[in-house]
Amino acid sequence: MKFLKNIVDKLKPTFSEGGKLSMFHSVFDGFETFLFVPNSTSKKIGSQIHDAIDSKRTMIMVVIALIPALLFGMYNIGYQHFLAIGQDAGFWATFFFGFLALLPYILVSYIVGLGIEFTVAQFKGHEIAEGFLVTGLLIPLIVPINTPLWMVAVATAFAVIFAKEVYGGTGYNIFNVALVTRVFLFFAYPTAMSGDKVWVRTEGTWGWSNGQPLVDGFTGATPLGQVGTSTTPAPVFTDILGNPIGFWDGFFGLIPGSVGETCTLAILLGAIILIGTGVSSWKVTLSVFLGGALTALAFNLWGPDTAIANLPWYNHLVLGGFAFGAVFMATDPVTSARTETGKWIYGFLIGVIAILVRVLNPGYAEGMMLAILLMNIFAGLIDYYVVQANIKRRMKRVNAK
Amino acid sequence: MKSDKFKETLLGPLNKNNPVVVQVLGICSALAVTVQLKPALVMGLSVTIIVALANVIISLLRNTIPNSVRIIVQLVVVAAVVTVVSEVLKAFAYDVSVQLSVYIGLIITNCILMGRLEAFAMSNKPLDSLLDGLGNGIGYAWILIVVAFFRELLGSGKLLGFQIIPESFYEAGYVDNGLMMMPSMALILVACIIWVHRYINKDLQEK
Repeated sequence: MKFLKNIVDKLKPTFSEGGKLSMFHSVFDGFETFLFVPNSTSKKIGSQIHDAIDSKRTMIMVVIALIPALLFGMYNIGYQHFLAIGQDAGFWATFFFGFLALLPYILVSYIVGLGIEFTVAQFKGHEIAEGFLVTGLLIPLIVPINTPLWMVAVATAFAVIFAKEVYGGTGYNIFNVALVTRVFLFFAYPTAMSGDKVWVRTEGTWGWSNGQPLVDGFTGATPLGQVGTSTTPAPVFTDILGNPIGFWDGFFGLIPGSVGETCTLAILLGAIILIGTGVSSWKVTLSVFLGGALTALAFNLWGPDTAIANLPWYNHLVLGGFAFGAVFMATDPVTSARTETGKWIYGFLIGVIAILVRVLNPGYAEGMMLAILLMNIFAGLIDYYVVQANIKRRMKRVNAK
Repeated sequence: MKSDKFKETLLGPLNKNNPVVVQVLGICSALAVTVQLKPALVMGLSVTIIVALANVIISLLRNTIPNSVRIIVQLVVVAAVVTVVSEVLKAFAYDVSVQLSVYIGLIITNCILMGRLEAFAMSNKPLDSLLDGLGNGIGYAWILIVVAFFRELLGSGKLLGFQIIPESFYEAGYVDNGLMMMPSMALILVACIIWVHRYINKDLQEK
């Protein structure tokens, strides 16, 4: 640590105003505050509320909370691959396969996103904001593992520029940037983002395990995809070999799906970290689950006689991106509602809309992404009416006296 | 002096007084007809002819139109010109007119038309009005053409129906961008044009 500190202190004059490389001051500043807590604090004059946690530390907590889902996602990529080609590679080889398969996505997302972020910050003379630290890790976790890398690069660039920088950068965006990346991919390249060919890595990675024949009866559809397109009213779903699976498979997550979304257990671990450290609001997460559960239950009781409407409500919560969205996406402090009552309404409606899209629109197997983006639009409106209602209530009290 | 004014009337709408990117008029048709380049070209041409003709006619009539019914008179004139253009298209470019379907008829409601008639033709001489109409029509057309160029090129890999992006790209894994075929992308492209335009013309930037 001391050694690093020495280097940083030595380099500082070069990047400060008047130094040789002062044009890159924002890049330097970004790295310095990434490594060390900044010394510059607000003036002692006046009363200010100080908090030890700045936005870089907040973001790091989210990254830590994502690690269980990330590691499990890597293992699951390998697991599904070796299951599809009918081999048993052992735990470490399975994990390493997934690690190698996912690594390019993480690199591409960070290089493209941070590249744009650094350029814009440099151009405008801002400090580098740390928002992309989380977004860059979320993007690989919410795409299918067979998405071509150039598509991820294009979508990331689009999202960072049009969903974030044009609104003024980190903290000003209306929409969740990672979800804008995904929605761009979803509508621009639908064949790469849905169907039954994209969720399982059937090809090898980096030349490892290439061109292996698939086992007989292989089917790459996700459980939600199978139930959504089912022609019979029975809500049964299978793993990629055709064996029927149930709630606990969805909970533990060895099923095909986007990289980070399959394991509800790992996501709940992340939720405990986020809520325990006070980074995300338990109200949003809980109300998303509540809204989803109640809507799915209503469809179970009175819905149409289709497989997806008959899917038991508890299965809805562990399949697809529902849990991942509820824990990591809906709780984004920038794009969600900020008033405490507003958080309940905001979260509840996300849950309701996600299940509505799943059940009533046969074109979209998953509705979580669209539900969160739609409610992002309304977050400000919800806050406005919550505040107005509060003012009205208190005015009444004043006038009554 | 006089030629300066002519120049401003004709060329102003192409750049600093552009009906689409500065006045933000005629956006709906810019979304609807720009999936491919060909209909956008025809649409731009039709609007140019219609605005110019309607401008001249209204300008000739401007002293005889009673103020209280001027909107109705303007509408009648525009509707007549639009019908003529629509019939001509049906006779000589049937497939394009089918592609444009109702949008040719809907030129009647295009805000640029009523805007120019009210703001310019009602108080200027026929020659000026002609230039103003041509300028605004072309100003509208070039935005449409730029948007349609990118939408057709990136959305279906073609320009005017000819394959531009080579087959080898598709074999290497390139996929056309489906979002370009949707109206939302037209809005984003118009926004990009506005972005570049404001960046060049700093005096147009809102504070």
